[in-house]
Amino acid sequence: MSLLEVRNLAVAFPTPDGVVRAVRGVSLSLNQGRTLAVVGESGSGKSVATQTLTGLTRGAKVEGEAWFEDTELLTASDRTLRQIRGARIGMIFQDPLSSLHPYYTVGWQIVEMIRAHDRTTSRTAARERAAELLGRVGIPHAQERIRDFPHQFSGGMRQRVMIAMAMALDPALLVADEPTTALDVTVQAQVLSVMRDLQDEFGTAIILITHDLGVVAQIADEVAVMYAGSVMEMASRRQLFYEPHHPYTEGLLASLPTAGNGRKRLVPIAGNPPSLIAPPPGCPFAPRCPHAFAHCWEEAPPLRAVYGDTAHQSACWLPTDVAGRQAARDRLRTATGGVQ
Amino acid sequence: MLWFLLRRTFLGALVLWLITMGVFALFFVTPNNVARSLAGRQATPETIQLVEARLGLDQPIWKQYLDFVRNALHGDLGYDYYHQQPVTEIIVAALPITVSLAVGAAVLWMLLGVTNGVISAVRSGSFADRALTTFALFFYSMPTFLLGLLLLYFLYFQLTLSGYPFFPPGGYVPFTDDPYEWTRHMVLPWVTLALVLAATYTRLTRGSMLDVLGEDYIRTARSKGLRESRVVVVHGLRSALTPVVTQFGIDLGQLVGGVVVTETVFSMPGLGKTAIDAINRQDLPVILGIVLFASAAVVVANILVDLAYAMLDPRVRLH
Amino acid sequence: MTDPPPTEVHDEPSAAPEHESRREPAITARSPWVLAGRRLLRDRVAIVCLVVIVLIVLLAVFAPLVASITGHGPNQQYRDTGLSPDGLPRAPSGEFWLGTDSLGRDILVRIAYGARISLLVGVVATALTVTIGVVVGLAAGYLGGVVDTILARVIDVVLSVPFLLVAIALVSIFGAGLLNTVLVIGAFSWASMARIVRGQVLSLREREFVEAARSMGASSARIMFVDILPNVLAQVIVYTTLLIPVVIVVQATLSFLGLGLPAPTADWGGMISEAQNYYTTSWWFVLFPGLALLATTLAFNLFGDGVRDAFDPRAEGLTRGWKG
Ligand SMILES: Nc1ncnc2c1ncn2[C@@H]1O[C@H](COP(=O)(O)OP(=O)(O)OP(=O)(O)O)[C@@H](O)[C@H]1O
Ligand code: SF4
Ligand SMILES: [Mg+2]
Repeated sequence: MSLLEVRNLAVAFPTPDGVVRAVRGVSLSLNQGRTLAVVGESGSGKSVATQTLTGLTRGAKVEGEAWFEDTELLTASDRTLRQIRGARIGMIFQDPLSSLHPYYTVGWQIVEMIRAHDRTTSRTAARERAAELLGRVGIPHAQERIRDFPHQFSGGMRQRVMIAMAMALDPALLVADEPTTALDVTVQAQVLSVMRDLQDEFGTAIILITHDLGVVAQIADEVAVMYAGSVMEMASRRQLFYEPHHPYTEGLLASLPTAGNGRKRLVPIAGNPPSLIAPPPGCPFAPRCPHAFAHCWEEAPPLRAVYGDTAHQSACWLPTDVAGRQAARDRLRTATGGVQ
Repeated sequence: MLWFLLRRTFLGALVLWLITMGVFALFFVTPNNVARSLAGRQATPETIQLVEARLGLDQPIWKQYLDFVRNALHGDLGYDYYHQQPVTEIIVAALPITVSLAVGAAVLWMLLGVTNGVISAVRSGSFADRALTTFALFFYSMPTFLLGLLLLYFLYFQLTLSGYPFFPPGGYVPFTDDPYEWTRHMVLPWVTLALVLAATYTRLTRGSMLDVLGEDYIRTARSKGLRESRVVVVHGLRSALTPVVTQFGIDLGQLVGGVVVTETVFSMPGLGKTAIDAINRQDLPVILGIVLFASAAVVVANILVDLAYAMLDPRVRLH
Repeated sequence: MTDPPPTEVHDEPSAAPEHESRREPAITARSPWVLAGRRLLRDRVAIVCLVVIVLIVLLAVFAPLVASITGHGPNQQYRDTGLSPDGLPRAPSGEFWLGTDSLGRDILVRIAYGARISLLVGVVATALTVTIGVVVGLAAGYLGGVVDTILARVIDVVLSVPFLLVAIALVSIFGAGLLNTVLVIGAFSWASMARIVRGQVLSLREREFVEAARSMGASSARIMFVDILPNVLAQVIVYTTLLIPVVIVVQATLSFLGLGLPAPTADWGGMISEAQNYYTTSWWFVLFPGLALLATTLAFNLFGDGVRDAFDPRAEGLTRGWKG
C-alpha cells in the first residue's frame, strides 16, 4: 500500500466567466521515502492538484479520491484535515518571503506550528526545537536567529526556514511547490540537498513541483508531466529522460540546453495551453502538437502503459511500442527537414 | 528614531505656524467689528477706540501676530474678547468633554467596524457580507447631524413618551460629578459618532482583509494546520489592521480637535461647540486657540500613526 | 480538409496551424472603458441608483413645476392654512403633501428647490476639488524635485487642517453664500485627490510611453495632460463619483450649523436645522428633508461603489475630518 494514492482527481472553480476546470482527472501514487516530481508549464494545475489534497483550495468543486495513511482526504472533515496538515503533510511554497508572515519572528512561526499540533510541548521546549531545526537545515547561529524576522534572512535562508517549519513535526509527506524557483542557481542546489538529507534521515516522501527539469534530474524518483490539468506522462526519472513517449515531454526535453550542466526553466513550446473554461474535446495538446492527427482532435487519449512497461504511462494516441513511436519521430523529422 | 522624531516635530511646528498665519491673516482681511459690537450699539467712536486699544486691535497686524506667536510659545493663547477668560482655560474646560466623546465613540466604532469588516471579508460574497456592507454604506452616507436627530427622536423622545426615560435630550454631566449621569448623557452621542465612523472602518477592514487573505502567508498558516479562527485573526487581522490603525489615528486626531456636529446636536460644550460659538461671536483669540489646538492634535496624531506603523510592521524603519 | 483515418499516424506539420486558426475566436482588444461600462450596466444596484440620481436631478430642474402643481411658492408662508392655531407646522395633507415647516411653508416645494442647491454645490465644488487635486498631483508627481517637495508639504499642511472648524470660520468671515461655500470646500478637499494622483503619476512617470513622448521633445505640460492624464482618469472618475456625496454632506453640514445660504433660500441642511427645535411635535419637518438628503447621498455612494467596482482601483482616505 502506497503512502499516497490519488485517483481521478478533478478540481473545478466556478468563476464569473465560467467554470475553470483546473485539474481534470489526475491519478498519482507515491511510496514512503520516494520523490515524485510534477512538472509542466505554468497554469497546468500542479499547485491546484496538490493543494486540493490538503483542502487548501477553497471554493473549488472537487471529485475523485485521495488516500493518505488510511484517510480519504477529499471527504475528510475540516478537523481531520487540520490535524493532517502540518503534522503529517508539510508544505513549502515558491516564494519564501511572501510565504512567511512578515510580522512574526521565524522562531515564533515555527513554535506556532509545533504547538498547534502538540499542546503538551511547552513554549520553551518548542523554542529549543525550533532552534535545533534551524540548525539542522543549515542556518548558522540558529539560537539567535530565531528572534529575527523573515525579511532579515536571504532568499535561500528563508526557504530553509520554510523547510525547517514544514519538517518540524516529522511529516510523512512533504509537498514542495517550486521551492527553488525564486532562488539563485547555487542556492537552489543547497536547498535541494537540505531536502534530500532530511528525506534520507526521516524517510519522508516528497512531492516536488517544479518547472526545472534540472531539478527533476537531481532528485526525482518518479516524474509526472502535467498539461492543462491532466497528467500527460508518468514514468521513472530514467525512463522519462531517456525514452519519453509523449510529444509534450519531448518538447520539454528539447527545450533544455543540451551541452554542459547549465539549467534553465522550461522554455514554452510554441503556442498556448487551451482554455480551461471550455476545454475543446480531444487531446489538450493537439493544437501545439507537431504529431497531431485527426483522431487527436476528436477523442482525448487516456493514460496507457507504453513500451510494455506498466510503470511508464502516456496519454497519447501515438503507437505505444518503441518502434512505432520511433517511426513517428522519424517521419516528423523528414517532414520538417530535420528542424524538429 | 530620535532623528525621526526631531524631523517630524520640526515639520509639525512648521505646519502649525503656517496654519496660524493663515487663520490670522484671514481674520484681518475682512473689516472686523468686534470692538463695535462689544462697545454696544450706542457707543461713540471714542469708546470703540478704547475697546480696540484694550483688545490690542489698534496695533499693526504684524505686531499683533508677533505678540500672539510669542505668547503662544509661552503657553499663553490670549484672552477671550468678552469675559477676558484665558483661552487656555477655555480649552482645558472643554477638552474633557470632547475627549470622552471621541474616545468612547472610538472604542465602539473600532469594535463594530473591525468586527463587521472581518466577518464581511471572511464570508465575502455571502448574504452576511452583503447585509453588512449595505449597513455600512447606509451609515457612511448618513449625515452625522441627521443621525443625531433621528436618535434623539426615537431614543430620547419616543422612548421617554412611552415611559422609558433612558436618555436625556443632550447636555453633559462631568464624570467626577456623577458617573451614572455622565454615561447616560454620553450614550447617544457615542452611538451617533460611532455609527457614522464605523462604516468607514467596515469598508476599510473588509478591503484590507480581503487583500491579506489572498497573501501567500495565509496559505502557509492554513498549511500548518492552524484553526481557521487563528488564521483569520492572528495571521490575517494582524496585517490587515495596519491601514486601519492609520485611519484610526487620523480620525481620532481630527476628533480630539473638536467633534463639531455631534457636540452641536447634543448641546455638549466641548471644543467643537465652543469653537462654533466663538465663530458666531467673532471671538478671534478663542477661534485661533482652538484651531491651533486642533491642528496640533492632527499633527501629533500623524506622528503617532507613523510610530504605530513602525511598531506594527517590523520591516518599517523610521527615518 | 481530408484527414486520414484516425488510427493512422499523421505527421503533416501543416495540420497544426490550420487547426489552431479555427480553435479560438480572435481576441479583439477591448478598451478598459468599454469593459468598465459594460460591467457597470450589469450592476443592477448601480443602475437603480443612477435612476434615483436622475430623478433627483429632474426634481431640481423642474422645481418650479412642483411649485406650480402644488400652487405653493418655495418661500411663501401660509400662516393661515400652513400653521396650526398654536402656530405649529401642519402634518402632511392633501393641501401640503409633505406638511409645512415652522413658518407655514410647503416642505415638498422647499425640498425640490433645496435639491438645486445640494446638486449644484455637490457638482461644482467637486469639479473644483478634482481640478485642483489633479493639477497639483500631476505637477508634483511628474515634475518631481523641488516642485514635488513643496507641493507634498502643502498637501500635508492642508491635510492637517481641522477642516470643519476652518471651513466654518471662513464661511463666517466671508459670509455664507453659494460661491463661498464652493470655494471653501474646494480649497480644503483637494489634498486627498492630489495625493492619490501624485502616487499614480510617480509610478507612471518611468513607463515607456512617457519616455517616448519625452524623447520626441514633447513639453512637460503636454506629457502631463495628454500622455499621463488619460492613464489616471479611471481613478479620478472613481474618486469624483465618491466625492460628490461627501461634498453634498459637507454643504448640508455647514447649513445645519447655521452657515448655509441666507434665509429664506431653501436648502436641505438649513431645513433640517430649522426643524431641530420641532422634532418633538412635527416629525415630518425633519424627516422629509432628511430623507431627501439621505436618499441622495446613498444613491451617489452606491453608484460610486458600482463605478469603483467597474474600474477596480482602491478607494481610501476620502473621509478625512468632515464627520464628527
Ligand atoms: N481559485 C481559483 N479560481 C479560479 N481559477 C483558479 C483558481 N486557482 C487556480 N486557478 C486556475 O487553475 C489553473 C491551474 O493553476 P495552478 O496554480 O495549479 O497552475 P500551476 O501548474 O501551479 O502553475 P505555476 O507553475 O504557474 O504555479 C490556472 O489556470 C489558474 O488560473
Ligand atoms: S494524442 Fe495526438 S495531439 Fe495528443 S500528444 Fe499524442 S499525438 Fe499529439
Ligand atoms: Mg503553482
